[in-house]
Amino acid sequence: MGVLDFLLSNLGEVSELTLQHVELVGVSMILATTVGVPLGILLTRRAALRRWVLGGANIIQTIPSLALFGFLIPVPVMGGIGSRTAIVALTLYALLPIIRNTYAGIRNVDPAVIEAGRGMGMTDQQLLWRVEMPLSLGVILAGIRVATVISVGVATIAAAVGAGGLGMYIFRGVGMVNNQVILAGAIPAAALAVLADFGLGWAERRLAVK
Amino acid sequence: MNGTVSGPQAVIEFRGAGFSLNGGPARVSGLNIQIWRGETLVLLGRSGAGKTTTLKLINRLLEPTTGEVLVEGKPTTAWDPIRLRRRIGYVIQEVGLFPHLPVDANVGLVPELEGWKLERIHARVEELLRLVGLEPGRFASRRPHELSGGQRQRVGVARALAADPPILLMDEPFGALDPVTRAELQREFSRLKEQLNKTIVFVTHDVQEALRLGTRIALMAEGRLVGVRPSREFLQSSEPDVRAFLDAVSGWDEPALR
Repeated sequence: MGVLDFLLSNLGEVSELTLQHVELVGVSMILATTVGVPLGILLTRRAALRRWVLGGANIIQTIPSLALFGFLIPVPVMGGIGSRTAIVALTLYALLPIIRNTYAGIRNVDPAVIEAGRGMGMTDQQLLWRVEMPLSLGVILAGIRVATVISVGVATIAAAVGAGGLGMYIFRGVGMVNNQVILAGAIPAAALAVLADFGLGWAERRLAVK
Repeated sequence: MNGTVSGPQAVIEFRGAGFSLNGGPARVSGLNIQIWRGETLVLLGRSGAGKTTTLKLINRLLEPTTGEVLVEGKPTTAWDPIRLRRRIGYVIQEVGLFPHLPVDANVGLVPELEGWKLERIHARVEELLRLVGLEPGRFASRRPHELSGGQRQRVGVARALAADPPILLMDEPFGALDPVTRAELQREFSRLKEQLNKTIVFVTHDVQEALRLGTRIALMAEGRLVGVRPSREFLQSSEPDVRAFLDAVSGWDEPALR
């Protein structure tokens, strides 16, 4: 039986797992953006925090994903078996690229533009929302795009902690030593990653300022 | 400096003002000068002489670490920096137009922040674009990257004038332009400033430009003011620092500075 046949004959389950996968990634991206963008902005204002925040996010990034999922299982509130653990782990992974790009995007705004704005009597808030954010939106979105693509891949491991998603097929296939079943999880996951990359890349190009 | 009597016309006054960054060596020190209403004071000097630092002390982008700088009789540190800067137009060499906004939004930004009505902003933007020689119909909706260097600086000047500030600070505004465009903008600006009657502080390292635009020329060297002369008398000055500067810039065997 080919992969295509497998996918077609299990269409119900495939779409359910894909939906779960999208939900895991979507929710964690929204969380990571809500936390990461303000943190990145904060770092441009408070230089003293930079080492700690970027360092912390860097360390999280170095933890192997399977280990991170494992670590979280015994943690109360955040952890346990199920999608909550997966969302926490995915959010943590997504933080670094989002914080880093927000910080870098704002810092890379032409200093002459900032100086002109300050010299004109713009307040810090006005400078941030009317100048710095619009000018760094492309870079910030690039961070979100990278984080999303990574998350689509990492989310396949979420199946190991009972969060569902397309990883279910991959783990099942590995257990059954059945490449068809592995591919039934891997191909839709790869397609999701490509789709996210394409869609966010398009948004990024539209919002980037020449 | 209690003996200094600030005349009613002194719009800007430096009283023993100096600045050093984080306790390092002084960028400028012992600055004493009164700048009169309606005059154009040119700060002249080579790179690193402290001209830009002096300028930034006026709009409080920097605060004096010694002495004080008064604007309209009040120390800059006693002003709300935002209110102070809205009364001072600021033009820099790099222009610093907002690249994501069209020309009209760039020019109209300060009036917008000041809460002007839309029609009034629109009318003001048109008036200013005409004033700096840009046809509003052709230029209002363009983006900065679609303009030439000279056009960009015209927009920069229009933007600085938008809320009709009584003071204008200009930091080598024409320094990055080619000689022909520079001469053209100098000529137009010379006419414009007669029309506007603003108090202008203008930074340059170009003696010709200083002579063309300045009411008075203040020569700076190594963070100090080393001589203030009416432009007419500047070339004739016998002051050693002025002579040294003039000799240095006319070192070539060409009759550039007559």
